[in-house]
Parts: sequence; structure tokens; C-alpha cells
Amino acid sequence: MGNKQTIFTDEQLDAYQDCTFFTRKEILRLHSRYHELAPHLVPMDYTNEPDCKLPLALIVDMPELKENPFRNRIVESFSEDGMGNLSFNEFVDMFSVLSEMAPRELKAIYAFKIYDYNVDNYLCKEDLEKTLNKLTKEELTPEEVELVCEKAIEEADLDGDNKLSYTDFENMISRAPDFLSTFHIRI
Amino acid sequence: KPQDIDEDDEREKRKAAARKGSKASRKKVSKEQSDDESEEDKGRGKKSGRAVSKKEKEDQNNDKKGNKKGKDEENKDKENKNKTTSSSFSSPPSPADSDEESLSEGEIAALKEQVEEKKKLIATLRNKPWRMKKRLLLLKEAQDFVEKFEGALGKGKGRRLYAFKVMMTKKLIKFNRDFENFKTACIPWERKIKEVESHFGSSVASYFLFLRWMYGLNLVLFGFMFGLVVLPEVLMGLPYGSIPRKTVPRDEQATAMDFSVLFDFGGYCKYSVLFYGFYNNDRSIGVLQFKLPLSYLLTSVGIFGYSLLVVIRTMARNANEGGDGGDEGEFIFSWKMFTSWDYLIGNPETADNKYASITTSFKESIVDEQENQKDENIHLRRFLRVFANFLILCSLGGSGYLIYFVVKRSQDFAKMDPKTLTWFENNEVEFVMSLLGLVCPPLFETIAELEDYHPRIALKWQLARIFALFLGNLYTFLFALFDEVNGKLEAEKSIKNATEWALHQYYANYSSFYNTTNVPPPNVAPADVIRGPCWETAVGREFVKLTVSDVQVTFLTILVGDFLRAFIVRFLNYCWCWDLEAGFPSYGEFDISGNVLGLVFNQGMIWMGAFYAPGLVGLNVLRLLTSMYYQSWAVMACNVPHERVFKASRSNNFYMGMLLLVLFLSLLPVVYSMMTLSPSFDCGPFSGQEKMYDVVIDTIQAMPAFIGNIFTYVSNPGLIMPAILLMILAIYYLNTVSKAYQQANTDLKKKMQMARDDEKNRRNNQDSTNQVMKDLEDLLPNKSLAPTPVAEEKPLDIVIDKTRTTRTKPGTAGKGVEVQKEESLSAPNPRRPVTRGPGPRGGPPGNMRSPQPEPGRGRGQGRR
Repeated sequence: MGNKQTIFTDEQLDAYQDCTFFTRKEILRLHSRYHELAPHLVPMDYTNEPDCKLPLALIVDMPELKENPFRNRIVESFSEDGMGNLSFNEFVDMFSVLSEMAPRELKAIYAFKIYDYNVDNYLCKEDLEKTLNKLTKEELTPEEVELVCEKAIEEADLDGDNKLSYTDFENMISRAPDFLSTFHIRI
Repeated sequence: KPQDIDEDDEREKRKAAARKGSKASRKKVSKEQSDDESEEDKGRGKKSGRAVSKKEKEDQNNDKKGNKKGKDEENKDKENKNKTTSSSFSSPPSPADSDEESLSEGEIAALKEQVEEKKKLIATLRNKPWRMKKRLLLLKEAQDFVEKFEGALGKGKGRRLYAFKVMMTKKLIKFNRDFENFKTACIPWERKIKEVESHFGSSVASYFLFLRWMYGLNLVLFGFMFGLVVLPEVLMGLPYGSIPRKTVPRDEQATAMDFSVLFDFGGYCKYSVLFYGFYNNDRSIGVLQFKLPLSYLLTSVGIFGYSLLVVIRTMARNANEGGDGGDEGEFIFSWKMFTSWDYLIGNPETADNKYASITTSFKESIVDEQENQKDENIHLRRFLRVFANFLILCSLGGSGYLIYFVVKRSQDFAKMDPKTLTWFENNEVEFVMSLLGLVCPPLFETIAELEDYHPRIALKWQLARIFALFLGNLYTFLFALFDEVNGKLEAEKSIKNATEWALHQYYANYSSFYNTTNVPPPNVAPADVIRGPCWETAVGREFVKLTVSDVQVTFLTILVGDFLRAFIVRFLNYCWCWDLEAGFPSYGEFDISGNVLGLVFNQGMIWMGAFYAPGLVGLNVLRLLTSMYYQSWAVMACNVPHERVFKASRSNNFYMGMLLLVLFLSLLPVVYSMMTLSPSFDCGPFSGQEKMYDVVIDTIQAMPAFIGNIFTYVSNPGLIMPAILLMILAIYYLNTVSKAYQQANTDLKKKMQMARDDEKNRRNNQDSTNQVMKDLEDLLPNKSLAPTPVAEEKPLDIVIDKTRTTRTKPGTAGKGVEVQKEESLSAPNPRRPVTRGPGPRGGPPGNMRSPQPEPGRGRGQGRR
């Protein structure tokens, strides 16, 4: 509208607004953030949907993600190729899911994906161990890690298969008091 | 039987899959169309007219999204439908174009349904866990579909109103959020406490939270006291030196400015606004006719009332929070694991703190967990516990006797000439009391080690024991004080008589000498007037002195016991024969129980003393403020975390309960003195009155008659008795109701637990009964699994061959099958599409450009 340089057509902006939890302004800001990450790679003009992806290393360096122990997993989960290369669409998608407005169910799905390190649609003990080690910077002894993981599985596993399926995870996370307040990134 | 159900499930899912498949194919067709159209769009460029129409349409969609928005919305819906039908009727060729079918009524209905479906899809698209690309495509498709069959809508008046409403709600939400942020930003020391918490665990942090809460409470109390009593007297009352009670007496004037005297709150301090005696008994002061004596009394009572209210309300809120404790017991570890990281953290320092605090909290939970599993020689432990309690009772009794003995002795000393006594003999009581306070808690702690409780429970015991000790001290102190007050009252009476007699004498002499009835008041400098001992100020001084000495002791203890110790341990360690840090002195731990109790009793002093020394509240605010900074520095600088970090009990109601008890105990002496003791005749706002509460009665009598009547009726025993009865009944009723609710709550919880167990059992049984089937199927997955691990491991930065190990866990041979089965089942599940098939992952980027027909469904098939 007021921009001298058109980044998106109005249609695109509207479509983005329909598909995400962002307002027009926020989407433009997201684009500028995306652009800042690699000014030479990302074009300013997105009207004809250029095909451009940024590698994981660049995105993980954003201040919003920099301190997050799960940053690699977050980016990987949202990338289409699983390697962490994000197109702008996926970039917007990521922050939309992590935004404040996103509903619990949607967040739960992506949280599940994030914590699923080996991408097998189950949170098995190894996933939990990795999660725990990331959370505590590996300051717990192996026995403690073992105990915590066993306990966590025991608590949340409904079907007794010693790993958490999405149903288990959702059941557990839907009752967590802090999940919504902590699983969100303001950009 | 369960298997049947499962099979049914399977069938159902398959059906659903088939349905979905057909839908997908339909969608594919339409997608192609939309692709074509989008190309056309591009060809046409951004024609403004088109953009506008699109915008309109989206507005309309937005309208749909905010469903349930009153009548006009419904109307519009109807309108929409009408238009849909009319458009499809009026322009039969257009649907025929796209679907290449002629129209019948059923088809129109179906079409309408489809349109509605699409609209719903547009509205909920953002909630779908699909990739952005897919979402955008679907959106476009759906929009085109809707546009085609619905036609554009004209502008209505209602829409603008609606848009305005939406905007306003958005603004309101934003404002609320900002306000909330602002409110949290206003809470002081949040980061300090967080830092302490991350290093020392929630138990130490609970002390600081309590300290902060106290600070808030005292700030409010100070506001009351300062605003309603101190400030009016300073601004509107008579200045210093105008009347005897506001002047230092002649014989004290020489030393009134000495530091030692001032530090003892004598001299100018004693005759200042800090203490009761300074206040004048004028019924009302200033241009505002401010009734200071009344305000003084009501504020003092109001402070108790307010504190009581706040403490009880906080307790109730805490109880509420702890109320659903059963639920939280269910997922302690999993919640910690999955929800403890705050994704908002973007500051490295905060992140470090968060790591530390998460680790600590995990350790706390581990300790709790291990405590549950502990199972030892119970008889020995029981014996030890009884023995420990016996020891502690002995030491409590001993300290009680010691205080009694000392107080007796001090009463003997009091009768002697103070000049002949040594300093020690003068301050024996205080000395012994602080010595006991220093020695006993560590002693209790040592004894408590016999008991081997969980640290959290041990803390409570320790608190209760020290509480008993302090209470003994406090009440001994109070009794000694009241003895003194009674002595002063006697002395006062004689002085009062003497002054009155002197005054009378003066008047008689004056009138007889000058032979006039118009006698001017005696011309004596205010400093020279004979005055009574003013016991209220004396009591206030005791409290202030006690508080100040308490502060000194606390701060010195921290400085010597913690800082100096840490200093020595840290720096002498370089040249010492044994390891000081790990060995004998080591660093101190933060003494939670002692600090909490110190705070509680200090607050009791404030409550009691506030009546006699209005300035005490202000002093206390200062004390808490410095204490916050000083202690948080000290704990970070020179303490080490407890050996067994433990979680603070969920509800801090234990602290609050003690506070409530102390509040009640400190209320007693104040109310007693207000109601039974007569105020000093020549100082304080109530001088000249028989009893302090006479001020209230005077005020009521000064009011219009009918109000006085009302008060007489209200204070009628015939009315008070039923009221009390009614209150008791209400309490009984509420108590019963709350018990019933509690019962219902536990029942429900039990049921939930049972349901969960049932579920678990069912699944487990199913596993075991199907063993043969499982074994058979077990042979299958290897084939299909073989390529997957390789593909899966590629994207991971840390290579782990774990997918396989889980599958072939000993004893759970059947599990692998289920995984496989469920995965294949899960494939058509519309929730899954986000998970990518491993196929395209490693592919060249060029591959990505080609449109993937059904991204979500690639997964299960890739596995096959």
C-alpha cells in the first residue's frame, strides 16, 4: 500500500493473513526479518513467488531462536525437506505456529514433531534423553536421565508400548498448565 | 473382543481413507483448474478491479470467521445463501461450465454444502497443521470455488459495524495483553528472585517471595499509617517545642543530641513523630477539622484488619492453587520435560539461569521420587524420631526456664539502683534471648538429622520448633513489658495527682493573691513541666529498639557467618592443610527456616509496635528493602545450594499460617492495652480520656441522634447474640459444603485414575493375547523398515542408531509390529500430513520445485 517497493501483492498478503495468525504488518515485518538474514539471497520482491531457501545455520542465528536448546529441531520440523532449509512460506509458518494466537492443538502437533528427534512419529526413550540433555545441558548423571525418562514415559504412556505416540503426547500436553505460555515466540 | 473393536476401527479408518482419497482426487481436479486460473491471474497482472473484488470477498470470509456475532450476521448468512441459490439459478451455465453437469435440486443443496464447507475451510485454514504451500493452494482453490458459486456481495451497513467491532475486540485484546505485561513489569525483583531460584531451588526462592510479599504488605500499612496519622500531625498539628509533650525535658536536653542516646531512640527521637507521645489530643486539627485521635485509633485497628484480610485471602488463593494437586501429580516429569523451556527466552544470561533452574527442578523431583521409593528399617527410625522429639522438648523446656529465670532476676535488678548495675546485668534478658535464638536453631537442626525426614518435611518441623521457641521468648518479653507498664501506671497516678495538686495550688494562690477569677495558665516553659512517664512511648521504644537490634543481629550474622566464612574458606584455602571448601567449615547454606521465622516475628513486632510507635512501620519498610538486596546478594555471593535441593511445598500456606498465628498473638496485647489500660494523662492522642476507645464513643455522640440510636441498637446484646449464632451457622454450613466438594473431587480423581489404569490394562492385555499374531507379523516389518533408518538418519546432526533398538527390545517382541501397523494406519490420518516421507528429503533442491500432489500421504507409502 504505502510501500514504494511492492514486496507482496495485496492478494498474497491477504492469503497469508488467511493462512496464518499474523496481520499484514507482521507479515511484512517477517519478510524484512527474513530478508535481513541473507540480504543477497532473499529478493525484496516476492510478487512472483521466487524459490529461495535459507539454510538452517542462518535461521538458527536469529536472536529469537539463538538461545533455544531446540532451535535446530524447530527449524528442521518446519522445513519441508527435514534438513532445516526454510523457504519464506515455511518461515512464516513457523512463527505463525509459535505465535501467541495459535491454538493449543496446532502447537501440540508441532511440539510433538520438535521433540521427535528421530522422526519416527513416536517419542521414544532416546528422544526423551536427547530432550532432557538439551534442557539441562547434560548436567544430570546418566542414572538420573534414565530415571527421569522412564518416569516421563510411565506417566504419559497410555497404551503401554514404552514410547509416546501423538495421542499420549496430546493427552499429556493438553493438561499442562504452562504449555501455552511457554511454547511461543514473539517476533 | 478388544481385537474386534480394533478391527472395526481399522475398517473405519480405511473407509475414511477411501473417502478422503476420493475427495482428494476431486480436489486435484479443482486444483488444476485453480492452477490454470492463477496463471491467468498472473497473465492479467494486478488489475485493480479484481483485487478489490477479492478483498471484498475476503472481508466476507472474515465475517464468517467471527461466527456468532449477533443477528445481522445471521441475516447476512441467509442473504448469502439466497444469493448463492439465486446466482446458481440465474446463471445455470456457470456451474455447468465447471462441473459439466446440469442442475437438479439435490445438486444445488450439495453445492451449497460444498460452498459452506469451503468457507469453513478458509476460516479454519490457519489452524490446520499443513505446510504453507499446501495451505496457500487450498486457500486459493477454496476462495475461487466460493467466489464462483457465490458471487460477489454488495456492501451492507452492518458489515462496517461488524468490522468496527472486530477491530475493537482486537484492540481490547492487545490492550489487555499490554496491561498484563505492564503489571508483571511492575512487580519488583522478579529477575533477582528468578536468579536465586535457578541457583538454589524453589525452596530458597520461596523465602524471597515471602519477603517480597511482606514488603508489599508493609508498604500498604506504611501508606495507611503515614497518610492518616503521621502526615496530618506533621502538617496540621502543633510544631515541636510548642507543648510539653512535644519538647525534650530540661534534664534530658544536655544529652538529647548524643549519638548513643539517639541510637537508643532517646532524646529528640523520643519526642518526635515516631512515637505515640508526640501526638496531641486536640479533638480535631487543621482547616480540614481532621479528627486525629479518632484517625489514630481507627488506623491502628485498621492495620490489623487489613493484614488479617490480606493474609487470609492469600491463604485461600494458595489453597486454591494447591487444590488441584492431584492432577499435577500425574505428569510431573513429562510436563517438566516438555513445557519447562520458555521459548521466549532470548537472552543468554536468562537462558543460562533457565538451564540451571530446569536442572535444579529435575533434581528436586528426583529427590522426591527417590524418597517415595525409600524403604528402610522403620522401627529404628521411629525410635529415633521419638528420641529426637524428646530431646527437643527438653531443650525447649530448658530455654523456657532460662528465660523465666532471667526475667525474674531482671525484676530484682529493676528494684535496685540502675547506677550500680553492670551493662550485662542491665541487658541480661535481651542477651540471653538472642543467645538462645542463635544457639537453639542449629541445635534443633542437628537433632533433626536423627529423624531423617524428607528435607521439605524437616523444614516444616524445624519451623514449628523454632516457632515455639520464639513464641516463648516473645511472650516472656511481653509479660515483662506489661509488668513494667503496670509499674509506670502507678507512678503516673502519683505524678498526675501531684501535678493536679500543684495546679490547683497555683490557681488558688493566684486567685487569692490577685483577687480575680480570671486566672492565666501558669507560665512555665514546656521543657520544665512535670510530666508522667508516658508508658505508651516507653513500650513503643522497646519495640523499636528490639526491631533495630534484630536487624543488626541479622545483618551481622550474615556478614560474619556467611560472608566472612565464605571469604576465609575461599582465600585461605590456598594455604591450608586441608581442603576448606570440601572439608570442615565449607560454605554456609541458606538458612530458610531461621530467615522465614525471623521475618514472621519481626512482622509480629511491627503489628504490636505500630500502635505505640507509628514510625515503626516506616522503619520496617526500610528494613525489608535493604534486607531484600542484602540477602539476595549474600545468598548469591557466599552460600552454596543445599545438599539435597528440594522443592518448596506447593502452597506456601505454612508460612502464611504462621503469620496468621503471629498476627493473632500480636493482636491480643494491643487490644488488651486499648481496652483496659488507661492512657497517659499528658501525652498521646488519647490523653485526658479514661479509656482509649472513648474517642469513638465521643465521636458517635457528636453525630446526629439517629446514628447514635442505630449504634445503640446494634450494640444491643439481643441483636449481637443472634448475629453471632448466624455466623456460626454459616461457617458450619460452608464447612460442610466445602467438605462435600472435596469428597466429590477426590471421587472424580479416583475415577479418572481408574479409567486410565483400565485403558493401560486393556492395551497390555491385548498385547499379550495377540502374541501369536504379533510373532507372525513380526517378520514383516524388517522388510519395510530396512530402508527407513538410513533415510531417517540423514537429517539428524547427531547420528544414532536407535530406531532399531527400540523396535527389537527384549521382552516386547510384539511391539515392533504395532508400531508398523499404527504407522500404516496413521498415514491417511489427516492430522499427519506434516510429517514428510523420507523419500524426497535427500533429493536435490530441483526436486522440491515440482509440485507434490499429496505431501502428507507420502509418508506411509514411502515406508512400504
